[in-house]
Amino acid sequence: MAVATNSAGRPVDLREPAGWRRTKNQIMTVLMWASFAVVLVPLAFVLVKVFAAGASAINWQFLTNSTIPPNVMPLGTGGMGPAVIGTLEITGFAALVAIPLGVLGAVYVNEYGGRGILGRLVAFMSDVMTGVPSIVMGLFIYTIWVLHFGYSGMAGSFALACLMLPVVIRSSFEMLRLVPDSLRQGSYALGATKARVTLTVVIPAAIGGIVSGALLAVARAAGETAPLLFTILTVEQTNSNLFSGPNTALSTQIFANATSPYVGAEARAWGAALTLIAIAFTLMIAARIVTARFTRYSR
Amino acid sequence: MSAVTKADPVKPAGSVGALAHRRPLGDRGFQILTLAAGMLVLVILVLIAVTTAQQSTAWFSTAGLSGIFSTNWDPTTNHYGALAFLYGTVISSVIALVIAVPVSVGVALLLNEVVPVRWSRPIVYVIDLLAVVPSVVWGLWGILVLVPWLNGVYRSIASGLNGVPVLGTLFGGPNSTGASFFTAGIILAIMITPIITSLSREVIATVPAIDKEGAYALGATRWEMIRGAVWPHSQGGVVGSVLVGLGRAMGETIAAALVIGNSAEITGHLFYSGYSIPAVIANQFGEATGGAFRGALIGLGLFLFVLTILVNLVARGIVERSARKMRGA
Repeated sequence: MAVATNSAGRPVDLREPAGWRRTKNQIMTVLMWASFAVVLVPLAFVLVKVFAAGASAINWQFLTNSTIPPNVMPLGTGGMGPAVIGTLEITGFAALVAIPLGVLGAVYVNEYGGRGILGRLVAFMSDVMTGVPSIVMGLFIYTIWVLHFGYSGMAGSFALACLMLPVVIRSSFEMLRLVPDSLRQGSYALGATKARVTLTVVIPAAIGGIVSGALLAVARAAGETAPLLFTILTVEQTNSNLFSGPNTALSTQIFANATSPYVGAEARAWGAALTLIAIAFTLMIAARIVTARFTRYSR
Repeated sequence: MSAVTKADPVKPAGSVGALAHRRPLGDRGFQILTLAAGMLVLVILVLIAVTTAQQSTAWFSTAGLSGIFSTNWDPTTNHYGALAFLYGTVISSVIALVIAVPVSVGVALLLNEVVPVRWSRPIVYVIDLLAVVPSVVWGLWGILVLVPWLNGVYRSIASGLNGVPVLGTLFGGPNSTGASFFTAGIILAIMITPIITSLSREVIATVPAIDKEGAYALGATRWEMIRGAVWPHSQGGVVGSVLVGLGRAMGETIAAALVIGNSAEITGHLFYSGYSIPAVIANQFGEATGGAFRGALIGLGLFLFVLTILVNLVARGIVERSARKMRGA
């Protein structure tokens, strides 16, 4: 009689009654589907609520009016224009800082550092850095930048960039790793330098994956609140100058309005939430399109 | 993979750096640029520790160890004891794990072992969607929709369990608002499910097909195959993913700040309002004008940083080691 053992050496009893074994298998399969259902429920609830409550708040004035009203004001006065502009500017600049640095870092890990101690350390520590809480990044930029140069949208961008950097390194590294070595060898054989091979052969070959990973990182950063609280402060007027003076963002506005007892503030929070989710989802869908159309090598 | 030698013009086989001095300046400059970008990660991590430590020395020196680990948090009298926040962070994260781990591992197994590949993609999209919903939106939904609803649920559970040993202590307490350790745990669970799912999925995907087929060949059902072939191979990596999730739960700020109730208390009642480290930083930083108050909050940030770094070091170490074991096998 065969007794199967698993790799830990414990016997797996295959001699239970066949009916019970089949039933147990079915129960477990149902439980696995059930766990997916459990994930779907909150997602469906939050999306339906945000779309329902947000849609009634959003109109052109809401998105563009350049003054955020005090939270006692009813919906229909003022709008979230300053926050929309702030979120786009701050996130955009963060992407501008973090994506090139992240890709370069990934190039170092995959093309230069390789199996050396330093390369492995950078790869490992960027994994660890993805786990640093976003609020710590906010405090970090506060202590190193805001204390010396004051609040600004750029400080917020730096905090977001710190959050995005390890994510971009990780995803770009995964993509560079998939580029076949024969491409590199072919280019070296033609006499190209390593920098040239990397810039004109390796990175273009992986560009689809790199861009889509970066877009996902931006999508996540756009929704972050905690890193912005102590770096941009919050204002009610549009501050189109990213580099000086307090700024504002959709996420911090939602946080400020969420706990307010006034109906108007609540409605504005839902409207801002829908706007923010729309921005994040657009970036995510863009990432999917890039993945589907421009990825040459994938796992 | 390591058996294949990479072509490397910097050090061609058989030459002792003969070509190295002929490398053009741009080539070397690019290498230095990438090195600098890579080092940035290490520099930032060190700077976080250094600058936050600098700004919070006042707290550490004046409060002392006993002051920091006391329950007395009263900025008006300059008492900054962090124990209640630490407690709230741990309790809400543990609740989050208890809810999220079975669900995440279930979905990871579903993706790898049950559904065909072409179905797994939409499921992954849905999980990713969960990760892209911003934390503040979960918090907003939590406080405006979930909390009022849970308030009634908590009340009926509490009245049913009041007086029952153990369960009564955990769930029997009266609740006034619905914002509590448990509510925070639920929201955190939703937020850490995507990361645990995707990491465990990667780990489970490394189980060699031959082991799985072997189990089937012996007549195992799918569940027996999972127990006998998949689980022993991947349990280390799954534990690592769970720890990464724990780190995320401990550091999650805005959602926790909105739904945990914001009252610095240490109690076994999970339906009571509590407080967590990131939540207190987010809520009180704006009003912390005094140096000592601000120092204490930045010190809490440093504390959180060290805590999450430790958790993540252990977690990534475990994941990495089990992944290497898989590849080597």
